[in-house]
Amino acid sequence: MGVEQKLGNMGVVTTTLETVVNWTRTNSMWPMLFGLACCAIEMMSAQASNYDMSRFGMELMRASPRQSDLMIVAGRVSKKMGPVLRRLYDQMPEPKWVISMGDCASCGGVFNNYAIYQGVDEVVPVDVYVAGCPPRPEALIHGVLTVYEKVKGEKFRDLAKG
Amino acid sequence: MAQIEEVSLDKFKHLVSERALTGETMLLNMGPQHPSTHGVLRLLLELDGEVIVNCIPDIGFLHTGVEKNMEAKTYQKAEVMTDRLDYMNTMGNNLAYVMAVEKLVDLDVPARAQALRVILTELQRIASHLVWLGTSGLDLAAMSMFLYCFREREQILDILELVSGQRMMTTYFRPGGVWRDVPVEFEKAVRDFIKIFPKRIDEYETLLTKNPLFIDRMVDIGYLSKETALSYGVTGPTLRASGVDWDLRKARPYCGYEQYDFHVPVLAEGDTYARYLVRIEELRESLKIVEQALNKLPLGPVRSDNRKFVPPPRSEIGVSMEALIHHFKLWTEGFPAPKASIYSAVESPRGELGLFIEGDGGPKPLRMHLRTPSFDNLGVLPEIVKGHLVADLDAILASIDIVLGDIDR
Repeated sequence: MGVEQKLGNMGVVTTTLETVVNWTRTNSMWPMLFGLACCAIEMMSAQASNYDMSRFGMELMRASPRQSDLMIVAGRVSKKMGPVLRRLYDQMPEPKWVISMGDCASCGGVFNNYAIYQGVDEVVPVDVYVAGCPPRPEALIHGVLTVYEKVKGEKFRDLAKG
Repeated sequence: MAQIEEVSLDKFKHLVSERALTGETMLLNMGPQHPSTHGVLRLLLELDGEVIVNCIPDIGFLHTGVEKNMEAKTYQKAEVMTDRLDYMNTMGNNLAYVMAVEKLVDLDVPARAQALRVILTELQRIASHLVWLGTSGLDLAAMSMFLYCFREREQILDILELVSGQRMMTTYFRPGGVWRDVPVEFEKAVRDFIKIFPKRIDEYETLLTKNPLFIDRMVDIGYLSKETALSYGVTGPTLRASGVDWDLRKARPYCGYEQYDFHVPVLAEGDTYARYLVRIEELRESLKIVEQALNKLPLGPVRSDNRKFVPPPRSEIGVSMEALIHHFKLWTEGFPAPKASIYSAVESPRGELGLFIEGDGGPKPLRMHLRTPSFDNLGVLPEIVKGHLVADLDAILASIDIVLGDIDR
């Protein structure tokens, strides 16, 4: 979509450039304001005064998928919500990342039944799974920092191929 | 994976007015991903310019199959499901469930456990109202409310974590009592909260109650009459703001609520502002109950010693054969409940939360049904938003305080 596909492998130039680009991406990541169930409340706690996720460049949650680059799937995904979730994911511009927050989104949690997807990875590709029912805000912040680690290691070379 | 179904207007013909079919009014979709629907609620709005002509809620985006899952579990294990229904009120859900089971199997609860239940459910009610206050403030662009309310809520969650080990999904109440006695730090933590919180409520009121911008958005918006409220089965603060004095804690006292001195705030105005005032007053009343219950917290056991339903303490298992047998029986097959059907209800922060259990003589329920307050309260929404502007919908939806986990179950 962007400069990375056009540049390809230019040796030392792209290496330095990609460090800068990845660094800026990690420090201004906009998550989507999108909660499903219980975990959404802990996601709100993570944004609120005691945990304050804006320390990590995430003070801005966008309600529109077109303005966000991180989707935090906070809660159980029902069969009715699955297609909607997929559409939201498709509407997000590249590059985009997904955190599956909590046991329900990661593996179905305690709800092994007809109504719930046994993991949101059946619907969208997931980068980081955060365990817990619901995970503490610290755990979510750790999940976000893990995404940052992943972003920092991304290579233009790989993106150009894809 | 199922695709999103593309629907034509024909499907909604019976729901919208004639004018929508000619194109005179506009149909607008709000949700399921929308910051002010408080969850995954979808509203189909029919608009005449800015004015709402019709509002059709579409629920089920969080349908979890909780009732069915509970029927597949024993009475002890099904309790974890209740936490995840109305996730603002986990202690209250536990209470509704354990009370229903206790009623079904006729189990007594020690006085200390009853008082602990009251303290913790009232703290949870405060936490739930704080989330409501914070998010509805956020909807009306009072961002600071959100930050203040969550600060106090964290203090309550710390207390819940202290007693149960979990911030939200506590499962602390068990049939026959509570999981275990509270730690020694409990009393000080609650006293600290009681000391600090009245000042904080005043702080919220300074920010909102007389704020002209806030009043403009709230007064005379979303009027709900007494008759409409009763005919739709609305309960909780939403009903009490329409002038009906109905609170299960007073009307059908449980857990020893009759011992505590508190009043139920009732207002006759029936608008969004009245619902706000009722909830603010409830914060104060809940705190009063917590203080009284803590002052006369009785000593003694926290679990019933009826070994047929309550597992024996760990220390007994090593020395008593009988205790070992009970422990084994309870955790492998559970306890049988009689063939009977019961209904038991508590006052949740949103209204009457009831549980219907049909026992079949075995360790699992035959049918479990939940009467959740948000579901009935949402039903009245189309009635009260008609004629208001789209911008007012945020305030009205926030004021009836729905939780989607509670609606869809």
